[in-house]
Amino acid sequence: MSAMKRYIYINDDELSQNLYCDNRISNKKYTILNFLPKNLWEQFSRFMNQYFLLIACLQLWSLITPVNPATTWGPLIIIFAISATKEAWDDYNRYLSDKKANEKDVWVVKQGIKKHIQAQDIRVGNIVWLRENVEVPCDLVLIGTSDPQGLCYVETAALDGETDLKTRVIPSACVGIDFELLHKIKGVIECPNPDKDIRRLDANLRLFPPFIDNDVCSLTIKNTILQSCYLRNTEWACGVAVYTGNETKLGMSRGVPEPKLTAVDATIDKLTGAIFIFQIVVVIVLGIAGNVWKDTEARKQWYVQYPNEVSWHELLVIPLRFELLCSIMIPISVKVSLDLVKSLYAKFIDWDSEMIDLETGTPALAANTAISEDLGQVEYIMTDKTGTLTENRMIFKRCCISGRFYGNESGDALKDVELVNAVASGSPDVIRFLTVMAICNTVIPIRSKSGSISYKAQSQDEEALVRAAACLHMVFVNKSADILEINLNGAIVQFDVLDTLEFTSDRKRMSVVVKDCKSGKIVLLSKGADEALLPCAHTGQQMRTFAEAVEQYAQLGLRTLCLAWRELEEDEYREWSLTFRDANSSLVDREWRVAEVCQRLEHDFEILGVAAIEDRLQDGVPETIKALRQAGINFWMLTGDKQNTAVQIALSCNFVSPEPKGQLLLINGKTEDEVCSSLEKVLLTMRTTNSEPKDVAFAIDGWALEIALKHYKKAITELALLSRTAICCRVTPSQKAQLVELVKSCDYKTLAIGDGGNDVRMIQEADIGVGISGREGLQAARAADYSIGKFRFLKRLILVHGRYSYNRTAFLSQYSFYKSLLICFIQIFFSFISGISGTSLFNSVSLMAYNVFYTSIPVLVSVLDKDLSETTVMQHPQILFYCQAGRLLNPSTFAGWFGRSLFHAIVVFVITIRVYAFERSDMEEMSMVALSGCIWLQAFVVALETNSFTVLQHLAIWGNLAGFYFINWIVSAFPSLGMHTIMFRLCRQRCYWATMLLIVAVGMGPVLALKYFRYTYRPSKINILQQAERLGGPILSLGNIEPQPRLLEKDVTPSSGTQPKNRNPIYEPLLSDSSNATGRSFGSGTPFDFFQSQSRLSSSYYRNCKDT
Amino acid sequence: MMNSNATSSSSGVAGSTEISTPRRNSKRPKYSKFTQQELPACKPILTPGWVISAFMLVSIVFIPIGVASLFASRDVVEIVDRYETACIPPASKSHKVEYIQSSEDKTCNRTLRVLKRMKQPIYVYYQLDNFYQNHRRYVKSRSDEQLKYVRSENDTSACKPEDNNGLSIVPCGLIAWSLFNDTYSFSRNNQQLTVNKKGISWKSDREHKFGEKVYPKNFQNGKLIGGAHLNSSIPLSEQEDLIVWMRTAALPTFRKLYGKIEVDLQENELIQVAVENNYNTYSFNGKKKLVLSTTTWLGGKNDFLGIAYLTVGGLSFFLSMAFTVVYLAKPRRLGDSSYLSWNRNPGGH
Repeated sequence: MSAMKRYIYINDDELSQNLYCDNRISNKKYTILNFLPKNLWEQFSRFMNQYFLLIACLQLWSLITPVNPATTWGPLIIIFAISATKEAWDDYNRYLSDKKANEKDVWVVKQGIKKHIQAQDIRVGNIVWLRENVEVPCDLVLIGTSDPQGLCYVETAALDGETDLKTRVIPSACVGIDFELLHKIKGVIECPNPDKDIRRLDANLRLFPPFIDNDVCSLTIKNTILQSCYLRNTEWACGVAVYTGNETKLGMSRGVPEPKLTAVDATIDKLTGAIFIFQIVVVIVLGIAGNVWKDTEARKQWYVQYPNEVSWHELLVIPLRFELLCSIMIPISVKVSLDLVKSLYAKFIDWDSEMIDLETGTPALAANTAISEDLGQVEYIMTDKTGTLTENRMIFKRCCISGRFYGNESGDALKDVELVNAVASGSPDVIRFLTVMAICNTVIPIRSKSGSISYKAQSQDEEALVRAAACLHMVFVNKSADILEINLNGAIVQFDVLDTLEFTSDRKRMSVVVKDCKSGKIVLLSKGADEALLPCAHTGQQMRTFAEAVEQYAQLGLRTLCLAWRELEEDEYREWSLTFRDANSSLVDREWRVAEVCQRLEHDFEILGVAAIEDRLQDGVPETIKALRQAGINFWMLTGDKQNTAVQIALSCNFVSPEPKGQLLLINGKTEDEVCSSLEKVLLTMRTTNSEPKDVAFAIDGWALEIALKHYKKAITELALLSRTAICCRVTPSQKAQLVELVKSCDYKTLAIGDGGNDVRMIQEADIGVGISGREGLQAARAADYSIGKFRFLKRLILVHGRYSYNRTAFLSQYSFYKSLLICFIQIFFSFISGISGTSLFNSVSLMAYNVFYTSIPVLVSVLDKDLSETTVMQHPQILFYCQAGRLLNPSTFAGWFGRSLFHAIVVFVITIRVYAFERSDMEEMSMVALSGCIWLQAFVVALETNSFTVLQHLAIWGNLAGFYFINWIVSAFPSLGMHTIMFRLCRQRCYWATMLLIVAVGMGPVLALKYFRYTYRPSKINILQQAERLGGPILSLGNIEPQPRLLEKDVTPSSGTQPKNRNPIYEPLLSDSSNATGRSFGSGTPFDFFQSQSRLSSSYYRNCKDT
Repeated sequence: MMNSNATSSSSGVAGSTEISTPRRNSKRPKYSKFTQQELPACKPILTPGWVISAFMLVSIVFIPIGVASLFASRDVVEIVDRYETACIPPASKSHKVEYIQSSEDKTCNRTLRVLKRMKQPIYVYYQLDNFYQNHRRYVKSRSDEQLKYVRSENDTSACKPEDNNGLSIVPCGLIAWSLFNDTYSFSRNNQQLTVNKKGISWKSDREHKFGEKVYPKNFQNGKLIGGAHLNSSIPLSEQEDLIVWMRTAALPTFRKLYGKIEVDLQENELIQVAVENNYNTYSFNGKKKLVLSTTTWLGGKNDFLGIAYLTVGGLSFFLSMAFTVVYLAKPRRLGDSSYLSWNRNPGGH
């Protein structure tokens, strides 16, 4: 701790000049010099590449190579060149963006004079001057601002994704230093070595004389402005550079994310490994056989002239030859083809016009092009709540002021004539209500040049209230220091903010003490959750109407806030304010003591009314969740919100299925024991109900989760596996990531979706991260693998794009192995009739062309293949099961392809050597016959496995066949190319065409018969849907599949307006009787909502689904 | 009004958005059938009708072809005479290899009976069994450059171990070195039957692979004598036996054209063949056969195609019948959604 420190001498050009790095930002991975070695090293760290390199090197040894080394070197170099070029291009772009940032102009004090220099030349210890709305070039400790109190505002969106303005303040030691003197300030800052914690800085500042005394002034993160923040609302600010370049907080936290590997890739790797082992076995067996044959038979074959005495290493020659002959078992083309199709999948996502958010015009974006298949295999979705499921757009909708309901008829209080009239006539209750709405908050009004006012608020609720008040002619116009200005119907009213009693999650309310500048009255304004405010009302006030209002609004899915006020006596305030200041400066238990002091003031309120705010669910959220749950995906909601809010949102968006069978279990507890017993009870219930078709969900809060993750990891893991739904509330970003990791560690594919900076860690941790480019900035969207405009696009992303990608890759990869094995098996068979000496039947040109052209092009168009139409998939999300369970790519399907290639190799080989026997058995002719046999077969195999033929597919499959003949005619025309005139001769032979026909019939007949039999008598669900879809008729009846669950839903749905009291009793938690005070009932008892964000079960959402 | 203002400020002011918003909008996809994966597609499915008729069609096409090619193959008249054992004098039976390597006269007379009238041209082949022309060591041991160009005479690196014996060998390599050297002379009723040995090799080989100006040099000069000697005054392009031999066979049993008899042979005629039995197949127990054969539109005698076609045709007929029977006995409605099991317990999981 003490050892790792840096001392920064402020404004001292000599002392700290070269001790630390300059402010050059570098995200580059390579330099020009190290690019080649480093990139090659990276590429060769992959097993496949090492394998190919080894093969290529072996081929240089002409004694063992069966074919020209170019067959491997060519493709290998092309592959390497492609990936190296891609890397270089990415790196060049990074370099350009770095350069742009590095060459930005900034004002810096050098030798006592303000100078304009480039951002990259800033040194630690320099004083940097910033103007309003500029980006902070490095981490600074504030020493002065234009604000007399030393405040400034920064926007930290790029750092943590939060778009509200944060207040930063200069250290106490610098308060009052004159603007002119700031140039000359000298001192030393003692701060820790760079780290990536953006919430913490433990540093000290000591100014040198003549500036103040020698006292050490402590610095916190509040005194800093960090790189990439924006200075807002402050004319200027200046600070001392403490961390620069890549050593800033942002630079330190910027890590290169690990490349993600899809499950499909992992399977392919495993299969490759299996094939490799198979290959080794073949090589060993054939190698031994070859050596034995050589010693027994080949010695007698005088025309081969084997030397009589051989050295031991000659024994290796034959096995190595077979290794080279069999090396094509692992197709070099598979990686290239996969990369190619994967980028096309990503493009399809980018291009999809149905995933464009029409409101903002944002298309979906696949930042990670490599993991589309994983989308089809998702098993768990971890979703954020606010901004992801909801729109995060709070709108003031209704209110109840002193017993009168406004906005009930029109649904919008702002348009309620009665309320407008009441404001115009200056009804005191309404005015007071509006005053609280307008100023009881921490909102900062920003006046733009055109004169309009916008608001920056930490909480969306506050912003909604202030805006609503502004619409009702109570405009909060200005906040300068402690003076608030309100424009009420044209008259300016000023308030002096005396104290702010901040919101904490325990108090569930916030208050301000203001003094009316005109009358001098001191008033306490307060707003908060009903449960936090109503009990503090002064005795005698009629509470029933407010409780009813809260109840009614909650039924509509609105978040409610109670507003209250109390006039304070001058003496009372003065006395209290002393204790408050005292508590605020206490060093021990400060939060608790402040809360206690606040409590002393917050009593005997006069409740003014209830405001209801709407945070609507995004369009299509319930349907999306329902469809994805049908698809067998488990949903977890991870939110920073309170349990109540989370549960109610969960209910309203099909998260917890609304059948009577549904059940929600709570895990609560403050201590280890409580959590443990609660956890065990839930687990027990889960286990017993697991067999029933019951929809059991559990809810856990952050505190209990912390304990559970620490001490009962096994139990919580088991719980995670048993439960299809979970709600985790009040979880921190790191807990979100931990939960994702927990599920991931059980080998489930997880998808994390979120919109805010607090979701970034979870998004990066998950197998697939999806960001919603929403109102909380683009932080999440930028960290994510996919970014979409709205939650509802997730359905299409998974069901359509994910599923197709998986299916296509499954086919493509297995097919690649099939065709390589086919040619390889033929080579192996041929070796048995060529004295096990490792002769290649095919020549080099053919082998290379077979892999690169003849077989790659037809299979590449399989990226257009659709087994089922998009509509069918959307109607039957259950079909995704085939992808999740990996039904289309696993060892057994692979064994099928393996068997097929063996069968086809036998067919091609046997027919060829039987037809081309005796006088026809010329090597060149025969190799071409066998090769054409393979090409014909593979064309028909692709055709049989293709589900939908577009023009492109026909072109690729049959055009490729024609292309094969065309290429070979050309090659045959040149005497030097080793197969002079062969193709012309063959094409003139009737028996050649008869052979091709025979190979196709014998090769495809059994495959077709088997497929037909399966298709008709053992159809998979996919087959049934295909049949239904294509026969036309029954597809209409498929529509009838859905309604049943909907009917159930209809029955359950409470009609919203008529029976507000009838709360859904099914969610009575099992454990409510047993668990202690923390166990909360969600049933008929009235759960009070909390301040920060709340929402109630909204039956209106059910109506939405029915309508659609 | 207030609303729109505030919204724009809260999203537009953020520096991060400024950077990426225009980029995103410019990337807005253009609509096309390809990009939306909506190209018109035909989606064939395996209905019983299609599959049964496909198999039926195969049987209808294959059976006639099979019958035709079987007839063609049967039309071919072929005389095969295995002589490698018979041509060893009884005294040398126990040491065949020594006999064949000795320099005594190894002429041997064979008599062939023509079973059926043979129309000209009659092809004369020699057939070797258990001879691995496709052995890796053997097949690579040649130099195509050297065969074609005089200037590449010393280009013998691929020819090991028969590359040079002090001087470059033309033609080099194991293949040329082991050139088959049995000769046959045919006579009928004590009249010489001429065997035309011109044009037995591929025209393209004569013109493009074997040089007109390349003459054999230092051939069979070494200690080990493999096969035939070559007349060093005849260019390679006219050494047709060599050209035929150098077209290596892919199978260990192969026939190579020896010549053509251009007269008809009548039924029951006796043909005398004087075989000069020089080639050593005894060390590896290889057979040597002399083959006289006519040809048809499908080539020489080979029943395989015909039998295979008939078998495939028959099997497809059987399959199509079986599918029809099964289909009639156990009809199954395609695409019946009642087979979708998740419909049975709606919403259940």
